[in-house]
Amino acid sequence: MNGGAARPLLDVRDLKVGLPTRRGFLPILNGVDLHVKEGEVLGVVGESGAGKSITGLAVIGLLEPPARVDGGEVWFEGERIDGLSGDALRRIRGARIGVIFQDPLTSLNPLYTIGRQLTETIRTHMDMGADAAERRAGELLDEVGIPAAASRLGAYPHEFSGGMRQRVVIALALCANPRLIIADEPTTALDVSIQAQIIGVLKRLCREHGTAVMLITHDMGVIAETADRVAVMYAGRVIEDGTVAEVVRNASHPYSHGLMGSIPTIGERVGRLPQIRGAMPRVGAVPDGCAFAPRCPEVRDLCRAERPTMMGGRTTSAACWQYSPRWPDTAGATGPEEAGPGAAADG
Amino acid sequence: MFSYLVNRIFQAIGVLLVVALLSFVIFNYVGDPINNMVGQEATLEDREELRERLGLNDSVIVQFVRFVANAAEGEFGISYQFQRKVSDLILERMPATLELVFVSAIFALAAGIGLGVYTGLRRDSWLSRFVLTVSLVGVSLPTFVIGILLIYIFSVTLEWLPSFGRGDTVRLGTWDSGLLTGSGWLAIILPAITLGLFQLTIILRLVRAEMLEVLRTDYIKFARARGLSRRAVNFGHALKNTMVPVITIAGLQIGTLIAFSIITETVFQWPGMGLLFIQGVEFADVPIMGAYLLLAAIAFVAINLIVDLLYAAVDPRLRVSAQRGTGTA
Repeated sequence: MNGGAARPLLDVRDLKVGLPTRRGFLPILNGVDLHVKEGEVLGVVGESGAGKSITGLAVIGLLEPPARVDGGEVWFEGERIDGLSGDALRRIRGARIGVIFQDPLTSLNPLYTIGRQLTETIRTHMDMGADAAERRAGELLDEVGIPAAASRLGAYPHEFSGGMRQRVVIALALCANPRLIIADEPTTALDVSIQAQIIGVLKRLCREHGTAVMLITHDMGVIAETADRVAVMYAGRVIEDGTVAEVVRNASHPYSHGLMGSIPTIGERVGRLPQIRGAMPRVGAVPDGCAFAPRCPEVRDLCRAERPTMMGGRTTSAACWQYSPRWPDTAGATGPEEAGPGAAADG
Repeated sequence: MFSYLVNRIFQAIGVLLVVALLSFVIFNYVGDPINNMVGQEATLEDREELRERLGLNDSVIVQFVRFVANAAEGEFGISYQFQRKVSDLILERMPATLELVFVSAIFALAAGIGLGVYTGLRRDSWLSRFVLTVSLVGVSLPTFVIGILLIYIFSVTLEWLPSFGRGDTVRLGTWDSGLLTGSGWLAIILPAITLGLFQLTIILRLVRAEMLEVLRTDYIKFARARGLSRRAVNFGHALKNTMVPVITIAGLQIGTLIAFSIITETVFQWPGMGLLFIQGVEFADVPIMGAYLLLAAIAFVAINLIVDLLYAAVDPRLRVSAQRGTGTA
């Protein structure tokens, strides 16, 4: 299984995360499969609670105890990194995988100057003297578009606005030239007018440095603008995976289809945006079959009985029985019909 | 920063004047000072003459101003009991109390912060649980019980440490120091632990609670995500953020160390100001009581002033004069 060059930069396989509670083990991620290729931007979308952020945290080993990884594999640059010791994982974090969190107002330590936070990170991962690290810190601030960068090294976080602080956070994530950046809702806490700027900075820098990005967000606009590929998550699993254009215009999974349908289009007058009936199942209350079955307009008995795996959909791959030869044609069918015809056209 | 400091100093002077008024009231109206000073045989004329000589016939305001002026020069009158100047008595006793307070404050801070950080980081280890359980004893037992308990164990049963006094002292100018002799150090151990145990417990529990709080914050998560070492995250980033409340409480607690050294000094017959105060109370020695009250107030006010200055040193957001331009995005 050690395919060297053929392997994507980050390969997550059947990742399971759970929370031990008094009433038993509560599964949060039920087998997440996703991968990020070199230099690629992967958008991870889904409703709140779908497990997007948990996936990001699990990859870098920063799950809040008592939550813990319960199975699956995480491969990074051809090396298996789940189950590495805390110290080995720490040397990957910040150095080879950078992280950006949601709220720039609380991501920076209020008691230290941003210069000190930058040089500290640089010197943790790179063999550099104090002067060289300070020069690099100034260059990084300049790259993320902070005016008069070198003179701002002595400033404290509270002296920056939210957008400027997120630029500092991006500079911190880029300190050691990581191969991958995991950006967890990097613009959600920001003013709408600032969001585009921050996404622009992130996109430009990652292209320049050839850094891949795992962009976690529920903002489809950001995804459409930024990502190369999209993974749609629902109830702790990836249920669709494909290029942005395909997923946005022609989603295969009924859930992604509904999700894309709920994006308003500029220039088109609509009364009420379509919405998906019901709510995502609570953690620990995910049904046995397809997790989306209770809300799905296309549901069949097969969906309630068995959980679908990823299958080739119309243009993307989706975890939906529609794309299986076992898909029954008629909505009222009671059992799985083994001899169903090629099932692409339903719905 | 400067105007802030001046402002604080004016507030401190205000507090001291109020305490001086209390002290003055005690001195003048708790019993008749003349009665306390002269003997049974003094005639009415003698009394009247002394009253005139001490200025007790002047108006209350003039007397208060005189009291404050004298106090500012360290002049608190003459002890009824020892027939000596109160200022001399206090100066003699002050080194013993200050050394005791110093040692127990260091003990309480070092052990309190150390154990607080440990129990905050290793919150489920059996040692943390043990420390927290024992610390409950520190909060709930009164000081004199702890002192007597320690004397019983270490002086009476084990015979390791002396049960009373300061040991040998070395004279440095006007300062009698017990910290330069072996017997002085042996003698200070039990009283310092007794005096500091309560503050240690408070600081320990506070540091632990603050650590747990800070470790949950985003910037700690982000510091970990940046791959900083455990040491840099826990001590560089987390501990410093717990310091503002800890400094507040520690400052107040050191104030109470000075004020409450009375009990410990009595239990261990420690020849400090607290013991002097207790003797003063027993003999209704009002000048000593008034002077002690004022000194305790000065200690509290000075410590609070230092605490305010330390805030600004720890937290840049509190540096009022910081006027750097703010970036906009």
